[in-house]
Amino acid sequence: MAMTLVEKILARAAGLDRVTAGDVVEPTVDLAMSHENAALVLSQFHEMFRDSGLEARVWNPDRIAIIFDHRVPAESAKTATNQKRIREFIGEQGIRRFHDIRGDEGGICHQVLPENGYVLPGTVVVGTDSHTTSHGALGAFAFGIGATEMAAVWALGRILNVEVPGTIRVEVEGRLPQGVQAKDLILALIGDLTAKGANFRVLEYHGETIRRLPTAGRLTVCNMSVEAGATAGIVPADQETLRYLKEEAGVKGQPEILEPDTEAVYERVVRVDAARLSPSIACPHRVDNVRPVDDVLGTKIDQVVIGSCTNGRIEDLEAAARLLKGKRVARGVRMLIFPATWRIYREALRRGYLGDFIEAGAVVMNPGCGCCLGVHEGALGDGEVALSTTNRNFQGRMGNPKAEVYLCSPEVAAYSAQFGQISDPREAY
Amino acid sequence: MGKVVLKLGDDVSTDVIYPGRFMATVLPEETPQYAFADDVEFNAALKEGRTPAGSVIVAGSNFGSGSSREQAASTLKGHQLVIVAQSFARIFLQNAVNVGLTTVECPGIQASPGDELDIQETRVVNRTTGESYEVRPLPPTRRAIVEAGGLIPYVRRRLRERT
Ligand code: SF4
Repeated sequence: MAMTLVEKILARAAGLDRVTAGDVVEPTVDLAMSHENAALVLSQFHEMFRDSGLEARVWNPDRIAIIFDHRVPAESAKTATNQKRIREFIGEQGIRRFHDIRGDEGGICHQVLPENGYVLPGTVVVGTDSHTTSHGALGAFAFGIGATEMAAVWALGRILNVEVPGTIRVEVEGRLPQGVQAKDLILALIGDLTAKGANFRVLEYHGETIRRLPTAGRLTVCNMSVEAGATAGIVPADQETLRYLKEEAGVKGQPEILEPDTEAVYERVVRVDAARLSPSIACPHRVDNVRPVDDVLGTKIDQVVIGSCTNGRIEDLEAAARLLKGKRVARGVRMLIFPATWRIYREALRRGYLGDFIEAGAVVMNPGCGCCLGVHEGALGDGEVALSTTNRNFQGRMGNPKAEVYLCSPEVAAYSAQFGQISDPREAY
Repeated sequence: MGKVVLKLGDDVSTDVIYPGRFMATVLPEETPQYAFADDVEFNAALKEGRTPAGSVIVAGSNFGSGSSREQAASTLKGHQLVIVAQSFARIFLQNAVNVGLTTVECPGIQASPGDELDIQETRVVNRTTGESYEVRPLPPTRRAIVEAGGLIPYVRRRLRERT
């Protein structure tokens, strides 16, 4: 019986010959990621062992990764104390894949994992973060779970009660026009599918456009798959995946590649013609409220943000630097740039992008989630408008329910910053 | 029997249920104070105890969309609310089961604030309008967690079985 890619991965992780959408399995976990919310995970974990007579030990410290990114450096005594408790736990349990607030190895979890070669094709990755879907870019089945669920994973090494999701096959053909990026592709797809269009489903990406997309762009696409409600997004691993793992993630040896069977059963097939896409904007306050840039040209903006796990990679900064070098951010606009990790920060420094940004009037912030979730810095004033390369524009997301957030690609963000209003980067070519 | 204390539309996000700026607060004992924090009036009603245990929030489809934050489930559980929605987002539903928040998936539900709902195993009856709506039951595996009293007791049992 033919299987989709996720069915294959789950069959293997559950020790079964085959599974089909709708089956319930308990797969083993290859990588379990948490960030600051490990504070809740560890208290639930200790609860599970309380009065059990058993020592509270994680099932395998080498399969756990913890990254501080949401509030770095800590914005409050409360966060600093949570981080301290987590550090102590990491020490006790011997967890080595720990990325603290450090310039040599810190950054946003969803970029730290791939960069360090923690994610391999065909594996099962869970994270206490909804954008764990990002890691499907490397051919893994990666999805978000809650903190108590993660405590169970830490205890048992398995994820309980996984209902094998059905899969929607997404075929993307055609060349992306100049000024149109992977972000525009995924925004357009979310607009079509709607915020719940893929709820409880996997989006499996195929087609020449996807094959030509570097891993950076695939990470953007899989990162935002959850915004269509998807459990996971996944790109079958290929030569580009192997190149990335070897050259950029330092993975030794040749990881095995899994592919879906040609006869696999899909719930449906969605086709996208990449050549017909234009820059896409998700308008307040819904990620599926997507319009072509033409519909919102001239919208005044107060703050521009480039960064996050969606678009804080070197390719994104490169695109922004190309448009900003020698230009100025419009007066009255605050432009904040957050490289996703310190490795990217150092590379951008080396290539001179950071200097270009600063000379243009942008503020370069330390890697981390920053203002993406509105808890830390870069908050918006009442009635203000932000244009951002992040992944969510829900009301209140950037710290102020009376503000508005538009989502876009790095090119739209960098180009618009110069005019103080939403602008079309295709004009620059 | 529970009274509808809030009625919401589709795609209510976890940022609305539990705004991100309160995410440094994680413990289930502490999260209830921030439930629907940006809805000042409803937040006050919750905190002042004007919503008795078993009060109902009625929502459209995809309730709890967005982030994986478990606070969105524990904050509602803390007020002993019951959520009746046309459908739920995946991670939220799993979190709700894990922390013991009562969720009722009821695709056809029609109710207004103030209506009295009688929530039964297979049906929700709106005693105010007299209408009744079918409930989509939880899959058996999720039910097992609910019946164990949440994921913590369920895992405790699994750990015992293992030794
Ligand atoms: S950058 Fe934003 S979306 Fe990404 S992990 Fe951080 S808070 Fe979440």
